[in-house]
Parts: sequence; structure tokens; C-alpha cells
Amino acid sequence: MRCSTIWKRFRLRLRYLARHSERQRLLWEEMDFHIQSMTEELVASGMPEPEARAAARRKFGNMTRNSEEARSVWIVRWMSDLAQDLRQAFRGMRRDAGFTTFVILIAGLGIGASATVFSVVNALLLRPLPFRDPERLVWIANVEWSMQVSQYLDLRERNKSFSDLAGSAGYGVGDIELTGTGEPERLTSAPVTQNFFTLLGVQPMIGRSFAVEECRGRSDTPPAALLSYGFWQRRFASDRGVVGRKLTLDNKPVMVVGVLPASFDFASVFAPGTPVDVFIPWPLTDETNGHGNTMQAIGRLRPGATAEGAQAEFTVLAKQLEIQHPERNPVKPRLTTLQRHVNGRVSPALIVLACAVGVVMLIVCANLSNLQLARLGTRQKEMAMRAALGAGRSRLLRQMLTESVALSCCGAALGLILAIAGTRAIAHLDAFNIPLLASVRLDGDALGFTLLAAALTGVLFGWLPALEVRSFAVGEMLKDGSRGSSAGHRSGLGHAWVRNGLVVSEVAFACTLLVAAGLLLRSFLRVLDVDPGFQPEGVATLRVDPSFQFSGLVQQNSYIDEVLRRTRSLPGMRAAGLTDVLPLEGDRSWQVSGKGQVYPKDRHPEAYIRVVSDGYFESVGIRLQAGRKFTERDRASSEPVAMVNETLARTLWPGQDAVGKVVTQDGGRRVVGVVGDVRHEALEKAGDSEMYLPMRQTLDYPAMNLVVRTVLPPDRLAPAVRAALRPIDSNLPVREFTTLQELVDKAVSPRRFLVLLLAGFAAFALILASLGIYAVISYSVSQRVQEIGIRMALGASATHLQSRILLRTFGLAALGLGLGMAASRALTSTLGSLLFGVTPGDPFTFIGIGALLIVVAALAGYFPARRASRIDPMVALRAS
Amino acid sequence: MGTDKPKADLLPGTLDMLVLKMLMRGHLHGYAIAQLIQQLSDDLLRVEEGSLYPALQRLELNGWIEGEWGLSANNRRARFYKLTPDGRKHLAEESASYRQVTGAVARIMGFAS
Repeated sequence: MRCSTIWKRFRLRLRYLARHSERQRLLWEEMDFHIQSMTEELVASGMPEPEARAAARRKFGNMTRNSEEARSVWIVRWMSDLAQDLRQAFRGMRRDAGFTTFVILIAGLGIGASATVFSVVNALLLRPLPFRDPERLVWIANVEWSMQVSQYLDLRERNKSFSDLAGSAGYGVGDIELTGTGEPERLTSAPVTQNFFTLLGVQPMIGRSFAVEECRGRSDTPPAALLSYGFWQRRFASDRGVVGRKLTLDNKPVMVVGVLPASFDFASVFAPGTPVDVFIPWPLTDETNGHGNTMQAIGRLRPGATAEGAQAEFTVLAKQLEIQHPERNPVKPRLTTLQRHVNGRVSPALIVLACAVGVVMLIVCANLSNLQLARLGTRQKEMAMRAALGAGRSRLLRQMLTESVALSCCGAALGLILAIAGTRAIAHLDAFNIPLLASVRLDGDALGFTLLAAALTGVLFGWLPALEVRSFAVGEMLKDGSRGSSAGHRSGLGHAWVRNGLVVSEVAFACTLLVAAGLLLRSFLRVLDVDPGFQPEGVATLRVDPSFQFSGLVQQNSYIDEVLRRTRSLPGMRAAGLTDVLPLEGDRSWQVSGKGQVYPKDRHPEAYIRVVSDGYFESVGIRLQAGRKFTERDRASSEPVAMVNETLARTLWPGQDAVGKVVTQDGGRRVVGVVGDVRHEALEKAGDSEMYLPMRQTLDYPAMNLVVRTVLPPDRLAPAVRAALRPIDSNLPVREFTTLQELVDKAVSPRRFLVLLLAGFAAFALILASLGIYAVISYSVSQRVQEIGIRMALGASATHLQSRILLRTFGLAALGLGLGMAASRALTSTLGSLLFGVTPGDPFTFIGIGALLIVVAALAGYFPARRASRIDPMVALRAS
Repeated sequence: MGTDKPKADLLPGTLDMLVLKMLMRGHLHGYAIAQLIQQLSDDLLRVEEGSLYPALQRLELNGWIEGEWGLSANNRRARFYKLTPDGRKHLAEESASYRQVTGAVARIMGFAS
């Protein structure tokens, strides 16, 4: 009942509000009747009519006032005030179009940047992963990599922490080949266990997930496949009929059993930057167990279990397994929540970005505050007039705040447009190796954030000026406020320290941002400067796996011979070779040892395996350190050989010459050469042990990449190579060439992303800070025109005046700089892992940024100073 | 702009209660309400017009009275108010609490017999 009356009252109020002008008229009529009645009564008691009317009116009092009084009951008072303030604010905006444009632009840029960064942070860090109960999902890795099928099976069987485990096996770009209908195409497939989608809580959009019997065959002949949404759209034009049809994958028929929903983006979570086209079953059999460490597992925690508890349990289980099954590859389970696994790598960068954008917003607010204050100076009379006409202090304060919030809301409108453009651009950064980037969009959360940012900005930058209003002495202002050095100066001094403080803090904030951006930029340049062990310029690569299965090494050898011969004969080729994995991609590692060496099981040397042909080292630009490179005479029929990199040579034969030694692989391979290390994991990380096997001596490689060093642009290359290779294999599906430079760019893309955004913010901050300095100095000059005039009349030289003003500028800048430098020094150590090759206190960056800020401050102060020195004393004095 | 609150020469809420009480007698317009209060109190309570109309607006907003336009005794358009069931209930509550308060005041002051 209580609720219903409240509702009734609310409705009444609304109705009153809606018909506000009619109510007003009726109220007047009602009160008019009252006066009429009183008049009649007075007349009846013998008073003459005009006098009676006057008396009645007198008695009734001020009718306007009464009607307003009565009205104030039903129009919520502040709403009418708000409307008035808004009208006032918009009138003011029209009057000061320049000021308004500037404020909206600055606020818009600031809010746009914040909303964009918020959207990124929201998508990558805050929003839960697109799975059922994602907080219960745990990533289970073998140290950092994958584990053997048998180990996975036993862990799954024995653990008590998880309701179930699922897994996916490693895969490479363009692993399988689609032929039959349409253009042949290389697809990227991800092998997953039968329960993978069930465990994540992902339902196929059409069709079904894998059946148990579909996960029992051999891993290289998958009976069924699920299509990713993107691939289904692209290749099959969203045809629902594709489910139930058979595709030819690697020359074998595979049934399409379902299509996954658009919301399931495997790649963005598990393998950023490599979109997956199809999913195939990963059988858990002896055959797959024989592939070695292949599986990455995900577990769903039982209710009440924690990731920490599970870690403890898995550590114990792994020890037991090692004792019971010494023949298996050891497993050292490392568990992290899936959320952490996905965004752990990018979260420091994102936190830095979020802080940076927060600092930018503070600078924006300080700047706008300063502008408002300056504008207030010219509006003192207006305010005084309002106060004289009866506006209370709180009312003036509110008016100022309304004005600033209205301005920042206009800025937010602009900011939203910028943020929409920004998030779109970011979501389409396909080449960026950052998880979940594609899901960045401006959603309800971001809208709410923008509104909040707008309101907060408005209040923050309107606050100081609004407080300043209170200090107006009405009487004095109404007198001619421009009484030169007395009145104008007085009020100028009143908030001079506020304005100076704002500028100092702007400079300090800008300094911090610039230092952070400078350090990261220098790190980025250092990373680009790293010698990766190869020379990516002018190197292009292409998958050239044949569309048929090799019957044996003889056929394979002649295929390789032909491919290389035909490619090398093309004009513009400087070198050509084959490899199974490209630098910065793939991570297949084996245990290796020199002949006769015995190592304890847990300290057995491991090396990354690269299966390459002759010409590979020349193409990629890997330097030979000793011995010889592979030649085309290292074939199936010749002596088994291998090459090692310097690290492996040092590991296996410390202090000795590796050339001529024998490794135990494949019954013994003689090392013929030593090459330099390649940074294959990340540019920031030194390379590990690597062993190279000649491609013509093995069939055990996951892919065949043609690598060419050429002077031709890659897009001109593709048709020529395609034409050259067609005679060998007419079904050869040829994707576009990718360049090695693209791989390097992708590897540094998260860093580039961060540096680009941060540098943008820092530049914006620098511009704002310099504008702030300029505004304050030129305002103080314009306030002191007469004082300067007098000084000049009394003989002060122009240079003297100029240097005084410049000195003041430097004073402000130096104070800001000092504070900013101290803050930066304290904060940059938190950048930690984001820095590479520079220390948090890198003197070069600090000195450079300091010099930059001083120069900018000098420029910002120079123009007002020059203006001041050109003041004609006579004109200045006469003006008053 | 700044406004002064009407002088509170009665206990707060008393005017509202008096207006409601008057409307127990039937449909009345604002002038009649003012007249009636004055007459019934032997000219002791004079309702200020400046307070009456805001009070009427307030009461109507709260749904305790309802106004409608009608013709006065001398055939002029006037706004007549009537009590709603909610208003009747509110009046009962108000008078009960008023009686309590005045009773208490009276006891303290030693007026009670």
C-alpha cells in the first residue's frame, strides 16, 4: 500500500510537470478569483470599489511571488533552476564560441581516449571469458609447454580437484589442406579432445560436438570436423547445409558435424593472432601418445576446489607418475586460472595504459579548470551582477558547475564518436598478437563509464572556478572592475596560486607520462635493435607441402630438388630453402645428447628441432660459425648428419669443437656445422639450444615452408612461384606469401601497441601542458598591462620585462618538472617487465624529457613575453 | 533566487490539517476555506493567502484533496476542492497526533484540569 501511494504521488507530480504552463495559468485564475471575492466582500461592507480592489490585492500580497511559491511545491524546484542554468550555460557557450570549441575538443579527446582504453581493459581484463563459469577454469601446462597423452590421461583419472579435464593439441598455421570443391586452400586446424567444448560450456551453433567414437581413430585421419564461425562464413557463405556434408581434408573425407558460434573465438583466447578454421578430434590413444608432448589441458574445478589446492595435488600426482612410469616424458604441472593465463601477459601493459589515460584526464581537467578560471576573470562583473540581483552563493556555485558539466557532456558526445572509431580500429588489429583484442567494442559498460567520466570531468574542472566565485565581493566588482592594478590585480592575485598550482601539476603529470612513454619507446627501439640471429629483410615464406603423401624418402628428395631448382631459377631470387618451422613460430623440442653422454633424467638437455634443406641458412640469414652448412648432397642416401647452434654445442661439448661429434638422434648423426643462435621465442629472449636436421633425411616434420630471399615485393612473387611449382603438383594450394618481417612485427606487436598508445597520450599531455603554461602566462600579462606600462614608463627595458616573464615561466615549469621527475623515478620501477635494455632510471630518457619540457615551456612563455615587451606604455596608461 | 519561508505561526502541518478539516464539510474553494477558518476560530486564526495556495497545491500533490473547476455562488469560475479517501485517513492520523501533542503541551504547562 505504501508503495502504491508513492507511485500515485509520483504520477501526479509527473502530470503536473508535464502540463506546467497550463497549471500556471489556472493557478493565476484561481488566485484571481480569491482577490475578486475579497474585493466583493469589502465593497459589500461599504468600501468604494477601486479602494477595495487595491486593499484586496495588498492583502493578497505579491501575486507573482505567491504563484511562484505555490508552484515551487509541484515543480521540483531544482529542475526549473537546472533548466535555467542550462539555458544560461548554452547562451554562454554561443557567446564564447572559441572557448567552447576548445573545451569540447580537449574534453572530447580526453574522454574518447579514456573510453577506448576502458573498452580494451574491459574486454581483456574485466569481462569474464566467453565460457560457462569461466572463473572455475584452470589452465594446466607442463612447465610452460605441453604434456604427453598418457600423462594427461592419468592426471585426469587420478585427480580429485577437477570435475573434468579437456585438452587441445598443438597445431600450426595452414596444417591441413582443403581440396575438392572450390579453390584448394590450406587451413589451420586445432585438434581437441572429445569433451573440449562441453567442458568450456560452448554449444555448437549448428549440429553437434564430437561423438566418443569419432575420437578413437588415428590423429591423421579425423572422421569429423567442426567449423569455426569465421571460416564457415568465409568459405561456405554461412550455408547451414554444410553440416552433414563431407569435406576433403588432406585427401581424406571428413564429415562436418557442426559449426561453432561466433562468440567462441578459440584463437583469441588460446592462440592470439592465429585464427583457427576447423576443429578436429584429438584421439587419446597409443598413437597420439607416441607423438610426445603435445597436449595443453584445461580443467574445470569442482565446487569448493581452488586452483592452489589443485596445484598442490598435481605436483604430488606428477611425482608419483614419474616413479611409476619412468619411460614417459616427465611432467611438471603448472596451474593458472584460465583468465590469468589469457591476460597475464598483457595485464601489466594494460594497467600502465589505464593509469596513463587517467593521468591524461587529470591534465585535461587541470587545463579546463585553468581556462574556466581565466574566463571567470572576464565574467566577474556578470557574476557580481547576478549576486546583486539576489542569486545566492550556492546558486552561483551551481550555475558554474552546471556550465562545466554541460561542457564536458558535449565533450563526451565527441569522445563517444572517437571511442567508437578507436575501438573499431583496435578490434581489427588482426596482426596483433594480443588475446581477445577482436572482442573490443563499445558496450553498455563503456557507455556508463563515459557518462561517469563526463560528469566527473565536469565537476572536477568546474570545482575550482566555482569555489572562486565565492570570493567575489559584490560591491567592489560592480564598480569599474578594470581599475587597473588595484581591483583587477586583487582578484587576479586571489587565484593566482590556484592557477599556478594547476599549471605545475599539469607539467608534473605530463612529465611522468613522457618519461614512461620515453622509457617504453627506448625499450621498443632496443627490442627492434636486437640481433635475432637472422635477417628478416627481404625474406618471404610460403607453405609448399605437397597435396599428396610421400611414398618414401626417394620421392620426397626429388620433390624437394624440383621445388628448390624451379624456385631458384626465377628472376630476382637470391636464395631459397625449406624449413618446417619459421623463426618466432613453433616450439617442438626433443631430448638430445652427444654419443656416449649420459644425463640424469630431469637434467637431460633439450633442443628445438628444425628440419631444413640446403639454402635455408642463406635465405633466412643465419650465420655459420664453424664447419659447413647442409648441401643438396645431404640426402636420404648419404651419411646422416645434423647441425647445431652455438648454445647446443656449448651444452653438449663445452670447450670442445662440436664439428665432427656425433649426436644420438636416429642412431647417430654427425655434426657437420655450427650456426649462430636464433631468437625463436621472442625477440626479448635469448635463444635456446637448437638442432637442425637435413630435410632430405627425414619425414618427421609438421610442415614444409619455402623460404626465399628476394629483391621482389612479395605480392609480385606469389604468381611467379605458383606458376613455377604448378608442374610439380597441380593441386598445390598456395596461400599468399608472408614475409619474415611480418612475423617479427607480430612478435613485437603488443609492445608496439603499448608504445603507440602511450606515446599518443604523452604527446597530448605535452600539448595540454604547454597550452596551460601559455594560458597562465598570457593571462597574467593581460592582467598586468597597466603595471607593465608603468614599469616601462619608469624606464624598465623590454628585454628586462621579457626575461622577467620568461623567468616566471621557467619557475613554474621547473617546479612541475622537479615534482614530475621525482614521481617518475618512483613510478617507473613498476614498469618492470615492460622495460627491455633500459633501466627504470635511464638518465638519457630523464635528461631528454627534461630538456624537451624546458624547451616547450620556453616556447609557451616566449609569446606572451614578447607581447608584454611590445606594450606601448602610453597606450596602456591611457586605456585606464 | 533566494526566498523566505512563510512565517510559521502555527505548529507545522497545522494549516494542512485545518484545510482538510474544513473540506470535511464538502466542496469548498480556496477563498471559502480561508473565510471558514477565520469564522470558526472567531477571527483568531487568519489564513495568509500566501500560505494557503501552496498548502492546497501540496495537499493535492499528495493525493489528499482533489480540485475541480466549478461555478461559485455568484456564478464565477472557481476551483473547488474535495477530500479524497486518502485525505480522510490522513486527517484522522493528523488530528490524533495533534491531540497527543497539544495534550502533552497542556499537561506540561499545567493547563489540564
